[in-house]
Amino acid sequence: MKSLLQADEAQALLDASIRGELPDERGRFGPFGGRYVPETLVPAFERLEAGVREYLHDAGFQQDLQRELREWVGRPTALTYAPRLSEKWGTEVWLKREDLAHTGAHKINNAIGQALLAKRLGAQRVIAETGAGQHGVASAAACARVGLPCCVYMGTVDMERQAPNVVRMERLGAEVVAVESGDKTLRAAIDEAMRKWVTDPSGIYYLLGSAVGAHPYPYLVRELQSVIGKEARQQMIDQAGGLPDVAFACVGGGSNSIGLFYPLLGDDIELIGVEAGGTGDGLGQNAATLATGTPGVLQGSYTIILQDDDGQVQETHSISAGLDYSGVGPEHALLQATGRVTYISASDDEALAALAELCEAEGILTALETAHAYAAAREWSKDNPGKRILIGNSGRGDKDMPTLTQYPPRIRTDARA
Amino acid sequence: MLAHERISAAIRAANDDGRTALVPFITAGYPEPGAFINTLTAIAEVGDVVEIGIPFSDPMADGMTIQRSSFVALQKGVSLKWIFDELDNAGGTIDAPLVMMSYLNPLLAFGFDRLAERALATGVCGFIVPDLPFEESNELRAALDQQGLGLIQLVTPATPNGRLKKLCAASRGFVYAVTITGITGGDTGLPDDLANYLDMVVAASELPVCAGFGIREAGDVTNVGKHADGAIVGSALVEVLEQNGDPAAYLVSLRK
Repeated sequence: MKSLLQADEAQALLDASIRGELPDERGRFGPFGGRYVPETLVPAFERLEAGVREYLHDAGFQQDLQRELREWVGRPTALTYAPRLSEKWGTEVWLKREDLAHTGAHKINNAIGQALLAKRLGAQRVIAETGAGQHGVASAAACARVGLPCCVYMGTVDMERQAPNVVRMERLGAEVVAVESGDKTLRAAIDEAMRKWVTDPSGIYYLLGSAVGAHPYPYLVRELQSVIGKEARQQMIDQAGGLPDVAFACVGGGSNSIGLFYPLLGDDIELIGVEAGGTGDGLGQNAATLATGTPGVLQGSYTIILQDDDGQVQETHSISAGLDYSGVGPEHALLQATGRVTYISASDDEALAALAELCEAEGILTALETAHAYAAAREWSKDNPGKRILIGNSGRGDKDMPTLTQYPPRIRTDARA
Repeated sequence: MLAHERISAAIRAANDDGRTALVPFITAGYPEPGAFINTLTAIAEVGDVVEIGIPFSDPMADGMTIQRSSFVALQKGVSLKWIFDELDNAGGTIDAPLVMMSYLNPLLAFGFDRLAERALATGVCGFIVPDLPFEESNELRAALDQQGLGLIQLVTPATPNGRLKKLCAASRGFVYAVTITGITGGDTGLPDDLANYLDMVVAASELPVCAGFGIREAGDVTNVGKHADGAIVGSALVEVLEQNGDPAAYLVSLRK
């Protein structure tokens, strides 16, 4: 996709991005982004955009948000040195522990911010979509916290593989709506949430969970998730004695990765996003959107998507529900086109192996999504001994037990034998 | 006459005959690709303007009926290129102006300039793109303008007054007045305040106004016809196809 931009244009856009000037007033990150939504929703998006402008950086709103992040979410989350992993890989490995945030993943940073915004905007109810269920759980919890009813759309394929999260959402007071249409995963859940929103654009607040969709969502989600990178940057200086040489994060829609990368864009740090390589390179075998996709419009945004020659969006495969998506946030499309961030993929098997290794080495059961970042960092370490690595540990793996029980705990079994 | 003017003229001609213009919609190639041209010809004999739905993998503004029909059509290999080829083969035997309704991405993949050329050559006079708001539409509008084709704007009950005027002025062919805040194929029927809303759209528009979403029976067409120039029938007609019914007979029944 590098050929999408001329070199000087790419540098100018990257500079603008580092200066905080993107997206522009039309919601564009260079050629990417924008707002492709049904006419019924245009006024709702305009209200949301105006609300974001009025409240997001308002002192009163920020005071409420910072208090909730500190006292309810449990921020700042820890930066953890990983001594045994460092020894095995021959590099210096640090983990930004979003798994320690309330409800077990970075998703809560965005959910509580948008729930507070929904309250400010006078919404009567909140709808959300979810893939892995982490955003659904975070939305359910955040809505309970601010006192708004919440309804979560979830594909039936994901409901099966992330069953513990369905029960958690329901216990937190949310209604979970099973989505049988389309691919029955995250993409279908977003389509269905949009269809619901169209029925009551002024009463419903749509709490979108990733840095995807029409403007201003990619911007709003990035702003709320940037707390990850801001904290990690300062913690690296304080605890590790300096910035990392490289930072890794997994990329599905791309919310935890943009949250980690965005505050580091201006630093001399290599940034690597890791997509789901699934079971192979063929169309439908993976969710490596940036690695193999082409530009198109999906769910409100001009970005890189997985599609056929006729512009039909293709189904994806990943062992991790949270990465199983045919599109990616438009800001990632720009960061790839400018060359600032490198996007690679890790396969299902590599992610499973990395998850097992981390469990044994550091006593951390990470999410299957996050495990993709570890798999890539391990490979990178082979060619870069002695370097300092920061990994965005975006969530915990308790929710993945239905999937993990299908795979024998190889390392422990070997140890007993 | 420019292609988009054929659309307005067909609607006005129906009105001059004392009728509400009827605008049927079918998903192309549903339920059987082999029957596409026959079905299209049959409904074009009853309808004044005919909408051809281009199937898409993510029809986010559509209800279950059109989702299902799009899915089946895609499974059976229907694509925009195939549709144009079929229209080519039909060789201009269809008199009613054709309008394509498509989400943006299949049009982007096809290429806007090539799209406009093939549309003009196959009797397609305009496009309705439900996920392309006015603010993002310059490129497509310019490509269609080159060939005299129309980009038909949708307006909805949620559209503020100032915006309504802007959209009506930008539209070509007709103005598509969505009757409800919702998706296609709903079962809530037409809303009570429909008359005021349609009167407002008609007052804002120099083009004919056609109302769509929720029109299923002759009574609905009569109701809509008191205030608008045409009635669009989509999901209800696709349901007739789904049940192997006679689409032309159903459309005739709406004229009673």
